[in-house]
Amino acid sequence: MTLGTAYTALGAGVLVWAFLVRSLRARPWQTKDAVGALHEGGETSLTPQRIGLFTFLAVISSLFGLFIAAYHMRMMDGIANGDWVHYKVPGILWFNTAVLMLGSATMQWAKGAAERGEFAPLRTRLIAGGALTGGFLLLQLLAWRELGADGFLSVRNPAIAFFYLLTAVHGLHLVGGLAVWGYTLRRLAAPTAPAVRVKDVRQVVGLCTLYWHYLMLVWLVLFGLMLST
Amino acid sequence: MAYVAMADRDHELHDPQTFITKYIWSQDHKVIAIQYGVTAIAIGLVALVLSLVMRLQLGFPHTFSLIAPADYYQAITMHGMIMVIYLLTALFLGGFGNYLIPLMCGARDMVFPYMNMLSYWVYLLAVLILVAGFFIPGGPTGAGWTLYPPQAVSTGTPGASWGIVCMLISLGVFIVAFTMGGLNYVTTVLQARCRGMTLMRMPLSVWGIFVATILGLLAFPALLVSAVMMTLDATIGTSFFMPAMLSMGHTNTHAGGSPLLFQHLFWFFGHPEVYIVALPAFGIVSDLLSTHSRRHIFGYRMMVWAILAIGCLSFVVWAHHMYVSGMNPYFGFFFATTTLIIAVPTAIKVYNWVLTLWRGDIHLTVPMLFAIGFIFTFIHGGLTGLFLGNVTVDVPLSATYFVVAHFHMVMGVSPILVVFGAVYHWYPKMSGKMLNDTLGRLHFWITFLGVYAIYLPMHYLGIMGVPRRYYAYSTADFPQSVQELNAAITVSALIVGAAQLILLFNLVYSLFKGKPAGPNPWRGTSLEWQTPDTPPKHGNWGPKLPVVYRWAYDYSVPGASEDFIPQNVPPGPGAPLSHGHG
Repeated sequence: MTLGTAYTALGAGVLVWAFLVRSLRARPWQTKDAVGALHEGGETSLTPQRIGLFTFLAVISSLFGLFIAAYHMRMMDGIANGDWVHYKVPGILWFNTAVLMLGSATMQWAKGAAERGEFAPLRTRLIAGGALTGGFLLLQLLAWRELGADGFLSVRNPAIAFFYLLTAVHGLHLVGGLAVWGYTLRRLAAPTAPAVRVKDVRQVVGLCTLYWHYLMLVWLVLFGLMLST
Repeated sequence: MAYVAMADRDHELHDPQTFITKYIWSQDHKVIAIQYGVTAIAIGLVALVLSLVMRLQLGFPHTFSLIAPADYYQAITMHGMIMVIYLLTALFLGGFGNYLIPLMCGARDMVFPYMNMLSYWVYLLAVLILVAGFFIPGGPTGAGWTLYPPQAVSTGTPGASWGIVCMLISLGVFIVAFTMGGLNYVTTVLQARCRGMTLMRMPLSVWGIFVATILGLLAFPALLVSAVMMTLDATIGTSFFMPAMLSMGHTNTHAGGSPLLFQHLFWFFGHPEVYIVALPAFGIVSDLLSTHSRRHIFGYRMMVWAILAIGCLSFVVWAHHMYVSGMNPYFGFFFATTTLIIAVPTAIKVYNWVLTLWRGDIHLTVPMLFAIGFIFTFIHGGLTGLFLGNVTVDVPLSATYFVVAHFHMVMGVSPILVVFGAVYHWYPKMSGKMLNDTLGRLHFWITFLGVYAIYLPMHYLGIMGVPRRYYAYSTADFPQSVQELNAAITVSALIVGAAQLILLFNLVYSLFKGKPAGPNPWRGTSLEWQTPDTPPKHGNWGPKLPVVYRWAYDYSVPGASEDFIPQNVPPGPGAPLSHGHG
């Protein structure tokens, strides 16, 4: 494990520390005016769903961060003992990246419609965003094929094995996102009171969009890693 | 106001109508907690029996022929993994976390009840996959609980073909379950506390569980990464961890893999895991000591900071498990230093526990006995940790019974004593009945004295150089006293193992024949003792949520009409605000 990972973990700890430090300076046993000091709700104005998603994104960050640390360490060993063979990253990945970015932008566009309560364009944009993401996943499979056609299919080369592994793990997270996306489309069609529906859909679309952006960012990091090594 | 939307969301609470939705597919945190608890204890009993079978082999190698060498390694592996992951982690976070967080924070339930329910069922699936390992060809893996490659997937190791894959899949499923539960615990603590429950008014049990959950959410991915990569090594022939080897006369098909990479990943999870188990125990024992000594916890704020400091530091000490694996000497120095630094906040907690007892009105109830017992065993295990944290001392002691004795005292016995204390403490709230006191005391004394009879001699064995993980020892290598000690340890282990049946009997007996507990038998201040119903009904609080006016440690406040003031009692005559020192 690189020390960088340790420092990242330490940095994350410090951030949490800084976030909490104001509250932790309180002296509960000395409270003079108990009623006046009443806590007025959650620690932040974020909804529980948003807090839950942020926490989940922290888990994903830890997961991919550790994959990247493992990639780096295995690469160093592999270069030293000669079994890490560099390969040409499939050209189609550039196109795939553009498709994923477009998907992310479409989700952002859908979010705008959700905030304005415009359900008709929202549905269209959501479907487009999901379709682009589904397209990205299919295109990733084509990238796998392209890599195989180049004679690099062997997973005995750890560089190739990592390519398959990282793209697969990233793809699985997108599949999870698509499951929530499907749920959102269903909610959009559900016959509920308009006010509840607007609030509900706005929230779910907002969370989906954030998740999409984050996974796009993760992909950019992974793509950059594969290009640069 | 935000708290109304989150904590008092009657309209969003599911309303269980049938037996199935009430007790099986339940979304109620209390039912899920009990489901977690029962499952964890059940699988823990399997691990306990495995340890007794191993002890019979070690203590009386020529008398019993219960297991062959391969079985011994499988028993070691399953015992360790079950105890650490499937019992302790699940019990503290899935069990006590689920039960206590909403009740102590004044919430009606977890914020994502459906996901909470799924968490339990996925955990159960993980346990079933783990148990399936006993029935597959070749049996479960015998690689040791650390699952080090290349041994774990090499021919000759028990379960190297299917057992290891079964274990890795089970761990992956467990991590999914933990993540679903963990998201709930963190979000509920941050966003669903009742009015008045500031972070710094939360009982330390909640603090311990909260920070341990964050550790778990960040550390378990390391185990997942290593599990996924090792599964690929074992199944499709990648070489992430597997080097080229000549094994049993055959060259394997791998090349260049790094076993050290696995060790780094494993221990980046493995060391925080110690605190994932320890922090909830720290929190719970603080509350037990305070309640049963009728005194506020000494240094509350320091205790919170210590929990956070231990949580952060636990991520930068992992390589002290790898001193003998080979590393740059400067790294060894770095990790020895961080290991010693983490002893500082830990020692602060120990001092504060002792100072909480100082001049307290100590009630030697059964939960208190277990809490005080914990202080003994934890100090003991902590001090031997100082030996092993130093590179030069660790090298000769590594892989001996000294290590086994150390980690069993510090993260086996100590948290289990807290679990027992917590069961005796909260069982009255969970069931409405008191556990039988005489049986409880019998259980405590046999367990407490018994674990010393087991583990003190193990230190001596370790210093003698007796290696761990050996199926049998030759008297040509070690003096006869080693064998005699092993026999004595086995007898003690059998007695302690049998003593646990007292607790199991007590749990069932008291459910039917126990004395009614009433709502607050220990005269506790925290919110779970203030529920309108005992056991608390669905939704916990009746029509209105509690409002909190004070911290959870207002015991023996001067001028108060009783020696405790619940958190939801407003300041007034007979219930002044305390102005003591936290």
